[in-house]
Amino acid sequence: MSATGIGAAVRRKEDHRFITGQGRYTDDINRPGQAHAYFLRSPHAHAKIKSIDTKAAAGMPGVIGIFTGADLATDKIGGLICGWMIHNKDGSPMRAGPHPALAQGKVRYVGDHVAVVVAETLAQAKDAAEAIAVDYQELPAVVDTAKAIGAKTVVHDEAPDNSVFNWHLGDKDATEKAFKAAKHVTKIDLVNNRLVPNAMEPRAAVGDYDDGEGIFTLYTTSQNPHVARLVLSAFIGIAPENKLRVIAPDVGGGFGSKIFIYAEETVCVWAAKKVGRPVKWTADRTEAFLSDAHGRDHVTHAELATDAEGKILGMKVHTTANLGAYLSTFSSSVPTYLYAPLLSGQYDIPAIYCEVDAVYTNTAPVDAYRGAGRPEATFVVERLIEITARQLGKDPAKFRMQNYIKKFPHQTPVIMMYDAGNYGASLKKALEMIDYKGLGKRKRDSARNGKLRGIGFSSYIEACGIAPSAAVGSLGAGVGLWESAEVRVNPVGTVEVFTGSHSHGQGHETTFAQLVSDRLGIPIDNVSIIHGDTDKVQMGMGTYGSRSGAVGMSAIFKAIDKVIAKGKKVAAHVLEADEADIDFADGHFAVKGTDRKLDFGSCALQAYVAHKFNGQELEPGLKEGAFYDPTNFTFPAGVHICEVEIDPQTGVTTIERWAAVDDFGNIINPMIVEGQVHGGIAQGVGQALLEGARYNADGQLVTASFMDYTMPRADDLPSFDVGMTVTPCPSNPLGIKGCGEAGAIASPPAVINAITDALGHEDIAMPATPQAVWRAAQKSISRMAAE
Amino acid sequence: MTTVSLTVNGKAVSANVDPRTLLVQLLRENLRLTGTHVGCDTSQCGACVVHLDGKAVKSCTTLAVAVDGASVTTIEGLAHDGTLHPMQEAFREHHGLQCGFCTPGMIMAAVDMVNRRGHQLDEKTIREDLDGNICRCTGYHNIVKAIAAGAEAMGKGAAPVRQAAE
Repeated sequence: MSATGIGAAVRRKEDHRFITGQGRYTDDINRPGQAHAYFLRSPHAHAKIKSIDTKAAAGMPGVIGIFTGADLATDKIGGLICGWMIHNKDGSPMRAGPHPALAQGKVRYVGDHVAVVVAETLAQAKDAAEAIAVDYQELPAVVDTAKAIGAKTVVHDEAPDNSVFNWHLGDKDATEKAFKAAKHVTKIDLVNNRLVPNAMEPRAAVGDYDDGEGIFTLYTTSQNPHVARLVLSAFIGIAPENKLRVIAPDVGGGFGSKIFIYAEETVCVWAAKKVGRPVKWTADRTEAFLSDAHGRDHVTHAELATDAEGKILGMKVHTTANLGAYLSTFSSSVPTYLYAPLLSGQYDIPAIYCEVDAVYTNTAPVDAYRGAGRPEATFVVERLIEITARQLGKDPAKFRMQNYIKKFPHQTPVIMMYDAGNYGASLKKALEMIDYKGLGKRKRDSARNGKLRGIGFSSYIEACGIAPSAAVGSLGAGVGLWESAEVRVNPVGTVEVFTGSHSHGQGHETTFAQLVSDRLGIPIDNVSIIHGDTDKVQMGMGTYGSRSGAVGMSAIFKAIDKVIAKGKKVAAHVLEADEADIDFADGHFAVKGTDRKLDFGSCALQAYVAHKFNGQELEPGLKEGAFYDPTNFTFPAGVHICEVEIDPQTGVTTIERWAAVDDFGNIINPMIVEGQVHGGIAQGVGQALLEGARYNADGQLVTASFMDYTMPRADDLPSFDVGMTVTPCPSNPLGIKGCGEAGAIASPPAVINAITDALGHEDIAMPATPQAVWRAAQKSISRMAAE
Repeated sequence: MTTVSLTVNGKAVSANVDPRTLLVQLLRENLRLTGTHVGCDTSQCGACVVHLDGKAVKSCTTLAVAVDGASVTTIEGLAHDGTLHPMQEAFREHHGLQCGFCTPGMIMAAVDMVNRRGHQLDEKTIREDLDGNICRCTGYHNIVKAIAAGAEAMGKGAAPVRQAAE
């Protein structure tokens, strides 16, 4: 392994600009003549718009233009789309209401977009927005996930009972049969709490229009600029693709929330032509809370059947998933194909049946948030497993080991074909790291100090790099899920890689360069990674679902194969040898069995000067592209163990130990991978202990700032003990599985299993705030006193 | 409009601003120093931390007119003559950043922490002292390591930013 190659903890190439304040985020971009947009948002969760009077506002200082949904309709600008079609159990398509970028006749959640003011300054735009008179007829709101179906209030006429779809997966009859044969059935009711992604950089957009060329440019906080261009062009109708450039520069975190195509960027790029000026919008934090797509929000009943020996026989799950007031871009896929196929977890479960009701409510749209469906599934599975072990009086580690899948490949009853894994190895390592043997003593020590100590396990599985495209297409996806790469070798051997992946914290500029440096045998500083601009990268699918390593880097791998193959042809001419006799290793093309060789840079120069070969027989130049479509998902898996201590006097839960053992397959940069694990765990701990988006009964979001919504801070978290096991992924050339979401998937059940172990009962919901834990601990104490 | 005159990163600047202008707006919009970020508007997240006369403040809740005559150091002013400040170097070395958005505020807060609490900072101290800064990417694990290392490195030679800026 070289110091900068695959497997090395290379320090990040992108860091210099970030630590010196020279990052270039969307809000840092200022175009000449730029005006500022401010969105007037609905203060009501549900209301008819009887009229909008903009006259007084239009005359205010600095106002350039005010636009409403009527203006979008006049310009035939289409609504926002949901890109994944789900069919009901009866085969009928899901019921989707319209989603205009600016409200047309009705508002459906607090924060819904009513009008946009474009003015010389942001302050002037805000002042003018206050002068817009909107006559609302308030309507009752439906907010509660579990009560949405059949509520009197209807969010969309297209879905008269608020049901977006009623979908299912698995064999119902086989599952019922398994339950009939069961010796023991565990039943649980769970709420997976609603979260706000809260990337630290708020969403922003700068729309620009070049009248001379007729070209629109949109700078936007996107995880997938090409998908944004596709949707804005083909569905919303801003401009044909060749007249629309989308640039996602440095993006300050995404976690899913920046995958989607939102109203604000649509309006900014459209308005830029209307007013003949660049138009900039940046969300303030409360706008982010109100209008970024939220995550999770499931209400679930689940059952697990076991035989007399504790072998799992079957699982039944019913989930109601809140999709909010409109269907966000990939919302429908999250509680369906990103959820139910993960319900087998790491376990050999012969029969599984899952039914999902997706509902409309008068709340912000809900879509993918770090893990997207997989944390929800893991929470169901790992709570069921833990509680079953407790009810059967079995050690939770042994119960898991007993039921783990041990032979691969393994076909689950819910679509997935697991290709490789070694779940027992991860568990064994995690047990050592946490010192499971010493737990009894630590529990006794805590008890002596009046504290409650508990341990919680989470054996998670994840499916990353959703693929192949033909398969996801058959499940309803509107896009293919391959990735592209172009490797351009410059005449002196430096390399520029154009990737369709997008980095917003993942460190692609380093890890992708490591791959290139490793394979081409050139210094890492000679490699540049270019992403995030539709004028530079022809097409790509972006970054989400932990796909950039497994899919994006595999595309680069394939393109490098082609570069080496072409290089061999050039080298054969230069070295006057047969192409079949040329080897490439350590940055040199060499004739087998001789000392004749050509370094990579010299080969590149020869490819461009084209003096040593016939340009009719071999094309000059050295530049190759590849589209890589995986043959299967990848299946990262691992075991996280959390140990907590609860102070029953204050309800404060302290995480005392955290052992994470993950199997991500082969690893390019362990420093970056561990960083991803740390961040993922923190977000999952946030969900388990601190975070919860709350609407009141009127549909007002009462947690709409960092003063009300508890973000994890440094003193809420411990340092994490992170370990790895490695079973290479057999379905891609690098053996990579993906690591971006694992921590957020694994951690919530680990925390809740630990808290319930400490409490001695299961009666606690997320977030397990000090108040909730204090109440639950009082119950534990009174039970202990009764015993 | 009001004229504000101050020193930013060692240079005298003055700007004609609306009295409601915040220090962060003055820095980002008038002076185009976009390294200082706005993450929350409510003084919670610390992405906007700069040093005002050598002490950390949140520039999103400081009026520009209130800093007339003061000396401000931003993330852009931390490195000198092409040499990174030890805290910047520590963040890179210990992978204390991912998306980079909270990073300028984290580094400025970390330098201030060292100025207030010295060069030997244990994990508990760092975690408690960092409660005015939010990071969504790193889980703080590597930020804590970076600050401990940066603090020690600051003690081994490089002058603390307070003196450097003044």
